[in-house]
Amino acid sequence: MAADPETLIERITDYASRPDPYPLYAELREHGVARQQNGSYLVGTYHEITALLHDPRISSDRRNRTEPDEAGDEEQGIPPSFIGLDDPEHHRLRSLAMRSFGPPHNPGRIDALHGEITRIVQDLLAQLRTRDRIDLVDEFAYPLPVTVICRLLGVPTEDEPTFRGWSDTIVSGLDPARGADPTERQRAAADARRAMGIYLGELAASRRGNPGADMLSAFATDPGPDHGGFNQIEIMTTAVLLLIAGHETTVNLITNGMLTLLRHPEALERLRDEPALMPRAVEELLRYEPPVQMLPQRTPLADIEINGVTVPRGAPLILVLASGSRDPRRFPEPDRFDPGREDNQHLGFGGGVHSCFGAPLARLETQAALTALIQHLDAPRLVEDPPPYRRSPVLRGPRHLLIDHDRAGG
Amino acid sequence: MNVVVDLNRCQGYAQCAFLAPEVFAMHGEEALLYHPVVPDGQQERVLRAVAACPVQAILVGEEAGTGER
Amino acid sequence: MNGDPRDGRIVIVGASLAGLRAAETLRDEGFAGSLTLIGDEAQPPYDRPPLSKQVLLGRVSAGDTGLPRRRPVDAHWRLGVRATGLDPLGKRVLLADGTEEPYDRLLIATGTRARPWPNPEEAALEGVFTLRTSGDAAGLAARLDAGPRRVLVIGAGFTGSEIASGCIERGLAVTVAERGPAPLVGALGGTLGALAAKLQRAHGVDLRCGVTVTALEGDRAGRLIGARFSDGTRIDADVAVVALGAVRNTEWVAESGIAAGPRGVTCDAGCRAFDMYGIVTDDVFAAGDVARFPHPLFEYQLLSLEHWGNAVAQAEVAAHNMVNPGPRRRPHLTVPAFWSSQFGLNIKSVGVPTFSDQVVIAQGSLKELRLVAVYGYRGRVTAAVSVNQAKSLEYYQRLIETAAPFPPAPGAADQGESPAPVPSDVPDPKVLSHGPTVALTGHLPDRRLTLVQPGR
Repeated sequence: MAADPETLIERITDYASRPDPYPLYAELREHGVARQQNGSYLVGTYHEITALLHDPRISSDRRNRTEPDEAGDEEQGIPPSFIGLDDPEHHRLRSLAMRSFGPPHNPGRIDALHGEITRIVQDLLAQLRTRDRIDLVDEFAYPLPVTVICRLLGVPTEDEPTFRGWSDTIVSGLDPARGADPTERQRAAADARRAMGIYLGELAASRRGNPGADMLSAFATDPGPDHGGFNQIEIMTTAVLLLIAGHETTVNLITNGMLTLLRHPEALERLRDEPALMPRAVEELLRYEPPVQMLPQRTPLADIEINGVTVPRGAPLILVLASGSRDPRRFPEPDRFDPGREDNQHLGFGGGVHSCFGAPLARLETQAALTALIQHLDAPRLVEDPPPYRRSPVLRGPRHLLIDHDRAGG
Repeated sequence: MNVVVDLNRCQGYAQCAFLAPEVFAMHGEEALLYHPVVPDGQQERVLRAVAACPVQAILVGEEAGTGER
Repeated sequence: MNGDPRDGRIVIVGASLAGLRAAETLRDEGFAGSLTLIGDEAQPPYDRPPLSKQVLLGRVSAGDTGLPRRRPVDAHWRLGVRATGLDPLGKRVLLADGTEEPYDRLLIATGTRARPWPNPEEAALEGVFTLRTSGDAAGLAARLDAGPRRVLVIGAGFTGSEIASGCIERGLAVTVAERGPAPLVGALGGTLGALAAKLQRAHGVDLRCGVTVTALEGDRAGRLIGARFSDGTRIDADVAVVALGAVRNTEWVAESGIAAGPRGVTCDAGCRAFDMYGIVTDDVFAAGDVARFPHPLFEYQLLSLEHWGNAVAQAEVAAHNMVNPGPRRRPHLTVPAFWSSQFGLNIKSVGVPTFSDQVVIAQGSLKELRLVAVYGYRGRVTAAVSVNQAKSLEYYQRLIETAAPFPPAPGAADQGESPAPVPSDVPDPKVLSHGPTVALTGHLPDRRLTLVQPGR
């Protein structure tokens, strides 16, 4: 296929691009704002993405699209969660959810999870160390955040197989490419959201009588500020969002992180010697191999001009965060992985009012996970490179990551 | 170790208040109050907050003007 | 100065935020000569914004706001000694202890001090405070710890309002007296001034606008017991905080021939001070609260900014220009910005709200206490102020930088129902108790009016 900028979204979402989409992002940056054959617009340069993340005329609500899709059809499922809403409604719901998650009402909550995260990491590691070959995804990077988010929300871990299916279906509905039968995929995603919402809503309702310290209990019982707490539908949409975000993203950050370190042995050695560098290294991973590659949900509420291109009101606008974080106009040597990088205002968690809700949790989990992995896996090496990837171009990461290591005690 | 936050840059993402809650505190939904002199035992958390700040507004360093007179 | 600008003697008068950041930048830029910092306070550089917030709330002690350094500066620190004069021909700074410091290049960063209560006897009453230094804050915080029956705050600018907020949060009874029509009106205009008034009253402040304090009353032991107002009323109060704005510390250069006066030390966009004939010097620079400089975004009017961010940015530009030859010098073009937190709200500003004729609530609402107010002058955006909505502000900063049309383009998702611009109602500073934190020292844009220091 000729290098036609109007086909960039198809080429980026093509599964064959999954191991290395970065050359396509470089091509996207050459074109500034790229209109696609399907009428959507791609933006991949740092400064333009930052401006759009703070532009109040850019909606996150897909119902504002000129051609609303199934995901925006309320009759198909439950209404959008706050990630798909605009202020002031977005702010109201996000603030309500924040009351049991972090400051100002619950400032020590995430910090207090430190010990528990470390314990879970150690338990998982103890199992890994008994075998020569491990699958980092299935045996470590997936169970860690799932265990943490389940404890935090108050969801029984044994129900994991049930909601893993829903979650996969919901994530595949995010795919911005209009490939084979998008309607069918989005309808399935809406059904899965509804099923998961009902499951979590019932769980929350069951806590009303005997609330615990978990977030679902808080959702169900917190009277909220002056204008009130959550209603039942809002509990459902918010809980679905947090459960999915809590276990579809951090798994990729940890896995992409270990993959990157194994590809850069000098960085891995450096981190082994200087564990205090880990917080910066995780920021660099968020820049270099971010788990969320793009925000496919945005829509202008007015005709807006970006770099001389007018994006019409109602057109799908896709912000390719992973491309912006590799923009040479912002970052010197953007394609170099530098765990000590100081000037690192990356787009890994987005920005503006919709910046990642769970960012502090993802940071702590990934710092703990990678620190433990590099300290305790002896001579780890990749079995195959590139590894097989998950389908999603949005939440991008390996499906499996096989690693050989020298087993503890020979 | 001392800390100062450029509150012109700060947009209230609150990452510091999550990661080092004894040093940084949200006052209301968006205003940030902090301890300019980092208490003992909080250094590691403060360095995590510095790295995590999405707008890189936190400066940490030795107290200025001391030990130089 | 002969030869390499990275060598020789540099003296910085003023050892607070601007002086410190200038010293660090000088070394960053390769200055290898001798560097002296002179400060009249005995303490090393410390941060002032926490004094009216964390410190007043009792969360941080006044002595614990020391600034972190960015790098070692290898300087000779002369702290606790005041500069008393400048000899620009002999190139020396004269000091209160009778010594002097010779320089090749000089940076004036002497900042401001609190405007004192005009009646010295009343000002000396026990219980009467100003708030500018760490020592002031320590005294006031200790007094608030003792649980006064009522605190009177005179002047409802940012400092006065933050003090009132801190006292309310500590559960103290507070009266605020402001000569203007509302708190913050001098910096933010009528719309947000009205909001601030409503907020103060909702939090239990006894807010009295349109009045002045005519007398502070003491008992025989010299302790404050009350105050009288211009409307004939009187209150009991055992603490009064005088928050009438700032006085620029320029007296020490008044006789030197440098263009200095109550409005500050006038300098060019590259921070080089002018002399009294309007001829620019090349060895005397100014930065921070004391400087008065032309800004191209605001029609090259001379601005004096009492802003933390300006002290940092201007110090960096001044230091760069002090050690670089002409063609490599940079202008100080930073868009002014400041913040305040009070009554549970975070208020942030970009641009110059007083440089305006109209204002519009572009996002959010006054009712929700979450909003962005955008200010315009003759059809272009000149400022924006956010209340608990800081993430939106950088969008408007771009509009200011590009002189975008006012009112801003519609389409914001959280725009109110009828976002019609109204007059910004920035009052003549003469009618205020509180000094403006931005002084447009030429003329206000909507009327030709020479601005003098308030309270005179």
